[in-house]
Amino acid sequence: MNSVGFGVLSGAALSMGNLGEAFAMESHAMQLPYDLVAIKGGEAAEMFDKGIASLGGIKQFVKANQTVVVKPNIGWDATPERGANTNPALVARIVEQCKMAGAKTVYVFDNPVAEWTRSYKNSGIEDAVKKAGGTMVSGKSEGYYHAVTVPKGKRLKNAKVHELILESDVFINVPVLKSHGGSTLSIAMKNMMGIVWDREFWHSNDLHQCIADFATFRKPDLNIVDAYRVMKRNGPRGVSVADVVTMKYQLMSTDLVAIDAAATKVFGLDPKQLKHVGLAEQLGVGSSNIEAMRVNRITMGA
Amino acid sequence: MKQKHLRILRIITSIAFLLLISALFIDFREMVPTTWAHNVLFLQFVPSVLNFITLPALAAAGFIVVLILTLLFGRAYCSFLCPLGVFQDVVAWFSKATKVVKRYKFKKALNYLRYPLLGITIVSLFFGGLFILNLLDPYSVFGRIFSDLIRPWLVAANNGLASLLEKADVYFLYRIDFSFFTWRTVLIPAFMVALVIGLSLLYGRLYCNTVCPVGTLLGLLSRISFFRIKMDPSTCTKCGKCSFACKSTCINIKTLGVDFSRCVACYNCISVCPESSIRYERSIWKKAKIEVTDSSKRDFIGKSFFYGLALAGISRKVMAVEVEVKDRPAGHIPNKKNNPVSPPGSISIRHFTDRCTACHLCVTNCPTKVLQPSFLEYGFTGMMQPHMNYAVEYCNFECTKCSEVCPTGAILPLTVEDKKLTQMGKVQFIKEKCIVYTDNTACGSCSEHCPTQAVKMVPYKNNLTIPETVNDICIGCGACEFACPVKPHTSIFVDGNAVHEVAKKPSIEALEVEEQEEFPF
Repeated sequence: MNSVGFGVLSGAALSMGNLGEAFAMESHAMQLPYDLVAIKGGEAAEMFDKGIASLGGIKQFVKANQTVVVKPNIGWDATPERGANTNPALVARIVEQCKMAGAKTVYVFDNPVAEWTRSYKNSGIEDAVKKAGGTMVSGKSEGYYHAVTVPKGKRLKNAKVHELILESDVFINVPVLKSHGGSTLSIAMKNMMGIVWDREFWHSNDLHQCIADFATFRKPDLNIVDAYRVMKRNGPRGVSVADVVTMKYQLMSTDLVAIDAAATKVFGLDPKQLKHVGLAEQLGVGSSNIEAMRVNRITMGA
Repeated sequence: MKQKHLRILRIITSIAFLLLISALFIDFREMVPTTWAHNVLFLQFVPSVLNFITLPALAAAGFIVVLILTLLFGRAYCSFLCPLGVFQDVVAWFSKATKVVKRYKFKKALNYLRYPLLGITIVSLFFGGLFILNLLDPYSVFGRIFSDLIRPWLVAANNGLASLLEKADVYFLYRIDFSFFTWRTVLIPAFMVALVIGLSLLYGRLYCNTVCPVGTLLGLLSRISFFRIKMDPSTCTKCGKCSFACKSTCINIKTLGVDFSRCVACYNCISVCPESSIRYERSIWKKAKIEVTDSSKRDFIGKSFFYGLALAGISRKVMAVEVEVKDRPAGHIPNKKNNPVSPPGSISIRHFTDRCTACHLCVTNCPTKVLQPSFLEYGFTGMMQPHMNYAVEYCNFECTKCSEVCPTGAILPLTVEDKKLTQMGKVQFIKEKCIVYTDNTACGSCSEHCPTQAVKMVPYKNNLTIPETVNDICIGCGACEFACPVKPHTSIFVDGNAVHEVAKKPSIEALEVEEQEEFPF
C-alpha cells in the first residue's frame, strides 16, 4: 500500500479518477470478443471459468505484478444460502484466476452494512478468499477512505472512496443480483456504494441519481454479476431463505449500464423500471441497448 | 508451606486475576472467548450477589465462597481476587519504588466514613436504585476504568500500528473507529480513577478501608475470621518493619494490635518481619481486639437512613439522545421517546436497572458498539448503565454476546432464536419527516437494514416506495433508526419497551417461481 502522507495521497486520489479511465481505455483497446457474456445452468465457479475463457481469459484484465481489488457484496451477516452476499465460490475462483495470471496481490473488501467481522465470516467469503490466496481487508474505518471529486456527477460531487480502489491497478466489481427496498434492485452500480464511506448523503440526495453519478467516477475493469442465488423480495437483507430462488445465472461485462440492464431482465423486470440504469446511460456511463451488442450466451449442464 | 511464602502466593494469584479481568475489559477485537467471562468473574462479590438474586444457583454462588473465605482467612478477597484492590497494589508498589511514600504508619480507622458509606449503599438499594453501589463497587469501578478509559487508548495504538503494517501489506491488524466515545460518559470513571490512584499513591489501601462498601462489609466479617494476623510479644522487637510495610495502616506497633477489619491479607508484614514474630494464626473464634467507637455505629445508622430517604426522592427520567446536527429541517423536530432501549435479555428496564452494576463488560464486548454507557437515559440513578444507542450503531440480529458475558444477571442468557423474537422496543415512523415524503426521491435505508421487514417499502406516488411499519414483528434492534439519513431526530425510531415483549415471527410465504427456459435478452 502507498506510503505517502495524507496530503499527497488525497492529491493522488483526485487524479486517480482519470487514471482509472486510462486503464479502462486500455482494456477497450484490447478489443474483447463480446460486450456481454451470459452464462446459465452451471455452478458459480465453473460458470466464471467458461465465461472468462470466452472473453480471452483473465489475462485480458490482469497483468503480471499488478494489484487487483475484488469488490463483492459482503453487506450482511448472512450465510451464502440467503443470497444477501456474493457467492463465496465465485469470489474465490476470481481470486485464484487473478493469482494464476500473476497478480501481485488480490485484495477483497466491502464496507458492510451489518457488523463487518461477522459479515466477512458468515458470508463464507473470508475463508474462501484466504484459501484462494487473496487478502481480506477491512472497509470499516473512515481512515481507509479518501476524499475524491466526482466531476461528472449531477447530485453527487464528492465522496470518500476506499484507498484500495484508488491505488489498485485492476478493479473487479462482483455484485450479487437481488431485490432492494430503496433502489428497486441491487446490481453492479449499486454495489459500488460499498466502496464509499459517506453513504447517508446518497439516501438523502436522490438515491438513484447518486448511484448513477458515482458510476462516472471509476469504471470497473470488469463486472461479474452473481445471479446464482437470487433474492427476489425483502432485499437487500432478506428475511429468510424463502426469499431466494436458485437461478444459476452469471453475467460479465465491462459496461456497468449494460450489465445492470441485462441483470434486471434476468430478475424479471424491465430495465426502465430501474431508474439508475437510465440516469447512468444519460451520463454516458454505458448503454442499455443489449440488442445492439455482441452477446455470448452460454448454457451449461443438462 | 512457610508463612513467608504466603505473600508470593498472593502476588501470583492476584496478578493472574488482574491480567485475566483486564483482558476481558479491553478486548476490543473479540479475542477472549465469552465463556471465560463467567469463569474468571465467578468470585467477584457484587456481581455474584446480584446474579444470585436473579438466579439462585451454584453458578452464581461465588459470593458465598467469598464469605466463607473471609470467615476463614479475613479479607483475602481484597488482595487475591479484587481487580481494583490489585490495581491499587500496583500503584502503591510504584509509589514505594519511586519513594512517593517511603513507609506507612498506623492510622485509626475512618469509621465515621466507612460505616455510613456502607449503610448508604445498602439503604439506597431499597430506595434509589443501584447508583451508589455502582459508583463504589470495586469490580465495576475497575471495569469502567479499563473499558471506558484504557480501551480507547489501546484502540488508538492498534490503529497506529495497523496503519504501519498496512504499508507493508500486512492486514492482520485492522483499524477500528471509535465514534462511540463521548466525554459525558467518561466523567465519572475519570473521577473515580483519579480518586483511586490518588488515594493508593499516598495512602495505600485507604479506598478499600474507607470508601469501598465490599471492603467494609467483609471487614465486619473478618473481625471474627478463623485465621488472623497476630504478633508474638515474646519475640517482637518492636522494630516497626511490619507497620511500615502495611498498606492498610492497621498494625499498631505500640499495642501490638492488628485491626483485622482493615487488614486485606496481603502478608507483606509476615514476609518483612526479621524475627518471624508476626504470623497468621488460628483464633478460636474469640472476639479480636478492635478499635471501633460506639458513637460511630449510631452515627452510621442515622446518617444512612437520612441519605437513603434523600435518594428515594430522585426519580427516573428519560432524556433524548443528542447527536451532531445536520442541515435537514425535518431532522430538527425532536421525537417523543417514552423509554430508552435496554439490551436484549434484560427482560425489562426495571429488571435491568435493578441489577446492572455498570461494569461495562457488555460495552466492551458488543461487536457493533450499539451498547453504550448511558448518561441520563435511565434517569439519574441509572447513570452509566448501558443502553442501546441507535445514534451510534444498531443491534446485530444474529448476536447474543452481551447476554453471554453479563456477570450480574442484568442481561440474562438468550439463545439466538429467542433473541430474534425479543422485542426491546417498537418502531415509530413519522412520514412527514421521511425523505421520500419531503424530497420525493427514493431512499429505503430503514427497510434495507430491517432484519424482519417490520419496516417494509410499499408503493407511493411517482413510482417511489415509502416505509410502512408492522409493530408486532419489530424487535426494536434500531437498524432503521441508525440508517435513517434524517439527522439527528430521525424520521423513524425505536421507542423502548418498559417490559420487553415477544415479537411475532415474520410470516414466510412461498415464492412463485417462473422457470426461465431461455435467456431473457
